[in-house]
This record gives sequence, structure tokens and C-alpha cells, in this order.
Amino acid sequence: MDCKKVAELLPAYIDQELGVGELMGIDEHLQNCPDCRREHAAQRDLGAQIKARASYFTAPPHLEARLRASLPKSNAAAPRRWTMQWRAPWLHTGIAMACALVAAWSLGLYVMQPSAQERLAEEIVSDHVRSLQVDHLSDVASTDQHTVKPWFNGKLDFAPPVVDLATQGFPLVGGRLDYLDGHAVAALVYHVRQHPINLYVWPASSHDVASTQTRNGYHLMHWTAQGMNFWAISDCAASDVERFAQGLRVAVNEPT
Amino acid sequence: MTDLTKSQRFEATVLPHLNSAFNLARWLTRSDHDAEDVVQEAYLKAFKYFERFHGGDGRTWLLAIVRNTFYTHYRQSQEHSRSEQFDEDCHSMEDISAHGAKTAENALQRRDDERMVNRALEKMPIEFREVLVMRELDDLSYRQIADVIGIPIGTVMSRLARGRKLFAGLLAHNGQEA
Ligand SMILES: [Zn+2]
Repeated sequence: MDCKKVAELLPAYIDQELGVGELMGIDEHLQNCPDCRREHAAQRDLGAQIKARASYFTAPPHLEARLRASLPKSNAAAPRRWTMQWRAPWLHTGIAMACALVAAWSLGLYVMQPSAQERLAEEIVSDHVRSLQVDHLSDVASTDQHTVKPWFNGKLDFAPPVVDLATQGFPLVGGRLDYLDGHAVAALVYHVRQHPINLYVWPASSHDVASTQTRNGYHLMHWTAQGMNFWAISDCAASDVERFAQGLRVAVNEPT
Repeated sequence: MTDLTKSQRFEATVLPHLNSAFNLARWLTRSDHDAEDVVQEAYLKAFKYFERFHGGDGRTWLLAIVRNTFYTHYRQSQEHSRSEQFDEDCHSMEDISAHGAKTAENALQRRDDERMVNRALEKMPIEFREVLVMRELDDLSYRQIADVIGIPIGTVMSRLARGRKLFAGLLAHNGQEA
């Protein structure tokens, strides 16, 4: 193992996250390389210093009491009563904003059933998160739209528009097959300043007005064009998602 | 499922992680008061969506909700105002330690170190602060941190590496100031 590889794996070595093979490789290298040994000691000590000296904030007792008191105690506790129980301590703290939040919650959660669009948006958020978690953003990794587009041939019963937006700061990095709302869909992956954007495309049965929303910290944008549904999602700034969508709409309408 | 069994399951699997939740929220918000609000709202959501929790790691599931709650509602409103406030707090502490009696010197030195470490960590950009807090203070594995944040394990590792370097820089910088 060389110094470059050791430097790359050193954090995982310190955190005991490596497999036996890599572990032994680094052990051996450290025995023979004073430079890497120094780097190892420095990084290890930094971590240890945070562990030993930074404050661990435990929850104040009244918070736990409040949370426990808020849980429904019997079968009779219907959701509506439960929100009332929740609301009381919030009012008590007298934070107007917090109360408004809870009011919004009870409205959103208990008065309205989530619409099909909302369920879809939720599904898209979880799919987006999953695609990042399993580190499986792309089945076909390519920055060339002429490689990505044909890859979908025979995998989908429609041809998704595939355009590169690198000149506008959104390079295409790949694509994969995915499933949403019971359909097979094309998922195209773009980047903006190292943040991935997932773009889901499938045939639309209706024409929807463009809409944006934020869910769990992710920004989503939905629109229909050329008979296709488009959903873009990313953790980058909302304005980036909007610029991305705008650039894409123009590019799809004027195919190269 | 009845509400009773749901409450009981919730109390057994999610409530025990209250300290983890609070510690993360406190380091994200850098305020006791805001941390309580974030945790309370996160628990409300966690209970509401508890049906979707199909076993597994209750702590990472809860921490992901805490984090999302913070990023959704609290981050924009508070990101600006805090850093200056923190500096002021520290000056009075410095005065105290400068006049410390000799016998108390060791204790003060230790408190001083703790203060410097806390200050450096508070000043870190949030994406590095959160991985360091979960790793060093709550002993989460790379896999667990990856699940909480929704990023690949490799990214967890690189953020920790960069975070530790940044932390070293901030600590050295604060040391010169003191
Ligand atoms: Zn070396």
C-alpha cells in the first residue's frame, strides 16, 4: 500500500471501519513510514480530543416528562385528542411560531388526507434518499447524453428526453431504471456543485402546472412537458433546482 | 394496531434515544431552547410516522428525523445570529481564567481546553459539525451516520477527514486568540 492510499483510508482506519485486508496493509505501512505515522497520530489525537473534551448535552428532565405526557395512554385516544395533548405544552412555552407549526401539523396531518401528488412527492423523497444511501445513483454512468439515452431502449416503453446541461452548471452524470407510483420510470442523474440531482421522467396522463415544494430538507420541482411527467429533487439550494428545471424545460423543447 | 401498543412500542424503541436526539439537536442549533423545540417536533413526527418504522435501528431513524426537522424549519432562521453571541460568552470566561488562583490552575486549564474544543466545534460548518458530533460524541458507525444523513459511506469518511482537519485549524486559530 502506498502513502496516497494510506492517507485516503486513514480516517476509516482510526475509526475501526476497515476490513482485515486493508487494516493489515495499513499496519504494515505505518511500521515503515514515519510520515504516515505522524499523520495517523495527529488525526487520531484530534478525534480523541473531541471525544474527551467536547460537551455531550443530555436532555433536560422536563423534556422527557413532557414527551411522555404527550403520548396517548389508552385506545380511546384518537388522533385529534392526541394533537390537543401535544399542543398544550407548546402553548405553555408561549412560542408563537411553534404553535403555528403545530397548528399546521394538525391541519396537514389530521384534517386532510395526503393527496396522490403528496404521496408521490413522499415516494420521490424516499427514493432519492435510498439512491444516495446505497450509493447506487447510476446503472449507466456517463456524461454523454448519446450513451445514456440509448441505454433506456428496451428497458422502458417510452423514450425519455435526455439532455446534458453541463454548460449551465448541471452536468449529466448517468441514469438508472427506477419505479415510482407503480410505473417503471427513467431516473437521470445530474450534478450541481457536487450535489446530485435526481430527475424522474415518465409519460404523463394529464398536464400539471409546475410546482415546487420542500420536504425533509429536499427541494422538489414537478412539471409536465411534451407529454412527460418530470420530477426533480436535490438537497442543493431551492434556487438551483429551479434553475435546473428552467434549463431543462428549454432544452427539452429545443432538442439538439 | 391500537394506540396503546403503538405507544408502548414507541416508548421502548424510540424514547430511549432522547439523549442522542437532544445532543445532535443541541449541536445543530447551538441553543438549548431551540434544541428542545426541534426534539419535541421530531418526536411528534416520529410518533406520527411510527408505522413506517419496520424495526432496525431506532436511534438512526430518530436522528434522521431530528436532522430533517432542523433543516426544514430552523436552519435559515438562526444560522446568522449565533456566532457573534458565542464569542462574547467566551471573553468573560477568559477573564476568569486569567485571574484564576494557582491551586485552581489545573481545573481551569481543563475547563479552558473544553471551552476551546467546544468553541472550535461550534464554529465548524454544519455539514462537518454533524458528522463529528455523531461519530465522536455518539459513537455512531459510518453506516449509521450514512443512514441518518442519507449520503454514501465514502462521503461520511471524507467529511470526517476534512472535518478533523478543519477542527485542527479552528483550534489552532482559537489558541492564538486566547
Ligand atoms: Zn506513508
